[in-house]
Amino acid sequence: MDIQLDWSVIPNNMDVFIQGALLTLEISAISLLLSIPLGVIFGIGRISRNPVIRFISSAYVEIMRGVPLLVLLMWIYFGLGQFFSLGSYWGSIVGLATFSGAFLAEIVRSGIQAVPKGQMEAARSAGMSNFQAMRYIILPQAFRRILPPMASQFIILIKDSSLISVIAGVDLTLKAKNLAATSFRYIEIWTFVALVYFIMTFSLSLIIRQIEKRMLKNEQ
Amino acid sequence: MISIKNVNKSFGNHHVLTDINLEVPKSNVVALIGPSGAGKSTLIRTINALEEIDTGEIIVDGISIHDKKTDINKARTNIGFVFQSFNLYPFLSALENVTIAPMKVKGLSKAEAEKRGKELLTSLGLGDKFDAYPGRLSGGQQQRVAIARALAMDPQVMLFDEPTSALDPEMVKEVLDAIRQLANDGMTMVVVTHEMGFAKEICDQIVFMAEGKIVEVAPPEKFFTNPDSKRAQDFLSVVLNH
Ligand SMILES: Nc1ncnc2c1ncn2[C@@H]1O[C@H](COP(=O)(O)OP(=O)(O)OP(=O)(O)O)[C@@H](O)[C@H]1O
Ligand SMILES: [Mg+2]
Repeated sequence: MDIQLDWSVIPNNMDVFIQGALLTLEISAISLLLSIPLGVIFGIGRISRNPVIRFISSAYVEIMRGVPLLVLLMWIYFGLGQFFSLGSYWGSIVGLATFSGAFLAEIVRSGIQAVPKGQMEAARSAGMSNFQAMRYIILPQAFRRILPPMASQFIILIKDSSLISVIAGVDLTLKAKNLAATSFRYIEIWTFVALVYFIMTFSLSLIIRQIEKRMLKNEQ
Repeated sequence: MISIKNVNKSFGNHHVLTDINLEVPKSNVVALIGPSGAGKSTLIRTINALEEIDTGEIIVDGISIHDKKTDINKARTNIGFVFQSFNLYPFLSALENVTIAPMKVKGLSKAEAEKRGKELLTSLGLGDKFDAYPGRLSGGQQQRVAIARALAMDPQVMLFDEPTSALDPEMVKEVLDAIRQLANDGMTMVVVTHEMGFAKEICDQIVFMAEGKIVEVAPPEKFFTNPDSKRAQDFLSVVLNH
């Protein structure tokens, strides 16, 4: 079989790709912003002295780690949606944020535990409450340590967001799917879409590397 | 100023402090000495409740430290603690290390906290290190920043747990000089130390501990020349001959 590639479908539909990429970035960024407080709260919750808080936090993390994102999105949109409809846009964001929040919680927990015990003791000795010590002394150090794994998590989030097309979440993948269905230019379109995802995630890696460098410089 | 009464403490079934009684009057300096594992660190850490106690009572400047009704955060502002391993905040400059607690805990303005912080750092010979991060400072400089950090809360009492043990020998003196200066200024202090010469010179009392008990309390002239207990005699013959 002789396949003729016709790349003109890409420049001819550039506005569609750009729109899709922006939607993907927007949904990923909002999900990330929501998943960070979840990660911090449940990450601290996992090492709380209160056993109830610890149990709830662990349950959240374990459930989210055990359920595939695709199934979670379906559950939110079709299952939960029967009683309480979030729509596909917010349903996608809630799904991505709760999913990603659980992984961030583990990252935050390990980041906090990696801060030497003496830091908490020094802060408490100076009269700081547990909350103040966390806020002013422990978390700033934990965040420096967890920036690299958090960045990987954000990259995973951008890639995972392509799954929201199954609940009609409009993003780069859904736009590309529709375009492919009408133009039949599968190889061209999906190759280009792969490239766009790569460019988004790789630029993010580069940005984060710069931030890390700046933080390290500060501590010398 | 510090009053320790009938304190007992166990880690699991390991009895680490047994019937500890100790009085430290205002402006007195007490050295806690004894073999490794004697419970010196555990005892000094109970004074600001970094360690809990099982029975007994510890009163610092009229406040019962382990009483559930005591606001421990407030009580701790009156007790400076200096660690063997400094425990400076590595992401803050020397000056920020000193000012953060006065600002966040005591509510001082940045300007007030910095003024006091700069005075303290300068008086400890660190007038040119305000903006240096701990990673850029020598061990002796770090420990002096840690002392300034503790003093910035204007405590009535200072506690030191082996403040010079993590230092290279050439830096021990600068830290001991800082502590000596505090002693001369009348600060009430408890110092866990292996520096016998220093203990002899600046301390009012030597408290000798072994196996979780206070074995002997004596003024340095007596303790270092003619201790009563066999345990102290053995300990001194080992440490003074090395
Ligand atoms: N958190 C802990 N959990 C269990 N046991 C502990 C703990 N901290 C200290 N211990 C034990 O309590 C005893 C006293 O320890 P401590 O650190 O107070 O001794 P020390 O006199 O300071 O010794 P060193 O001179 O080595 O610092 C030791 O047997 C130690 O193993
Ligand atoms: Mg010790």
